[in-house]
Amino acid sequence: MVILSLLLVAGARLHAQFSGAPSFSSASSISTSQLIQPEEMNRLLQAKGAARPLVLQVGSRLMFAQAHIPGSEYVGPGSQPAGLDALKARVARLDHKSPIVLYCGCCPWNRCPNVGPAYKLLADLGFTHVRVLYFANNFGADWVEKGYPVEGAH
Amino acid sequence: MAVRGLLAAWAALALACTVAGAQAASARGPATGKPAPQFVRTALDGQRIDLAALRGKVVLLNFWATWCAPCQVEMPVFAEWQRQYGAQGLQVVGVSMDDEAEPVRRLVAHLRLNYPVAMGDEKLGAQYGGVLGLPLTYLIGRDGRIQARFQGETDPAKIQSKLKALLASR
Repeated sequence: MVILSLLLVAGARLHAQFSGAPSFSSASSISTSQLIQPEEMNRLLQAKGAARPLVLQVGSRLMFAQAHIPGSEYVGPGSQPAGLDALKARVARLDHKSPIVLYCGCCPWNRCPNVGPAYKLLADLGFTHVRVLYFANNFGADWVEKGYPVEGAH
Repeated sequence: MAVRGLLAAWAALALACTVAGAQAASARGPATGKPAPQFVRTALDGQRIDLAALRGKVVLLNFWATWCAPCQVEMPVFAEWQRQYGAQGLQVVGVSMDDEAEPVRRLVAHLRLNYPVAMGDEKLGAQYGGVLGLPLTYLIGRDGRIQARFQGETDPAKIQSKLKALLASR
């Protein structure tokens, strides 16, 4: 048990060293008012005639390839400088009032390294209508297994 | 007439359960008790990983990525289990869902993992029902069948308890 505890602590320290991420904003730092729940997102996607937001996945390319929200685009990962550059380039010509929804779903919400930095970047760039799709657990459990629409190899 | 009605209702119910079960299995990956999807991969160290060849061992199949914080907490634990239970027939196999191999190589080298790690892809992900959240760990029994699935951050003691039970059975 002692060995197990020591290994768990070592692993936690290891992540800080090897995540490759710059100091980032935690997903938990995103205000709840800026979050959108999966159920609401699904209603938004299903609504006919409604203006659809730009939906951007800012996590794993491999996970995006397996399954993603129909019509969403991959620009991730938000935890990497290259991913943030790609996000910046994608939104460069958009009006700052454009509705945008970011999502990831790689990990439990408070462990996601991607949505926080991505959201912060858009906020810093002056985008005012950005929301983040909240996944308590991950994309598989909180979207796919709920029966919400997906496209991709899965 | 009443018997026929009951039989028809039973048949419809059985069919519905089968469909639901199949859908649940496909949504959550291979179901417990079913044969683990076979695969052959080349590990980062060049070692050949053939799941079929591991029949007779208890396999801990762990999907992870370098950017996954809970994964990096687990992996040293899995390495310790490989050391502790390897003689009893445990084989840990890691599958990285990173997009690039280089960060994986660095981390594997730093951790000095004592088990093979291969790069995953869409195909392997699809075989296991879609790896759409990490970490994801399967325990595969000596008979090659899925015995447990652990999705997300999991108390290691819970995995260890199941692992030890599987190792005890021959």
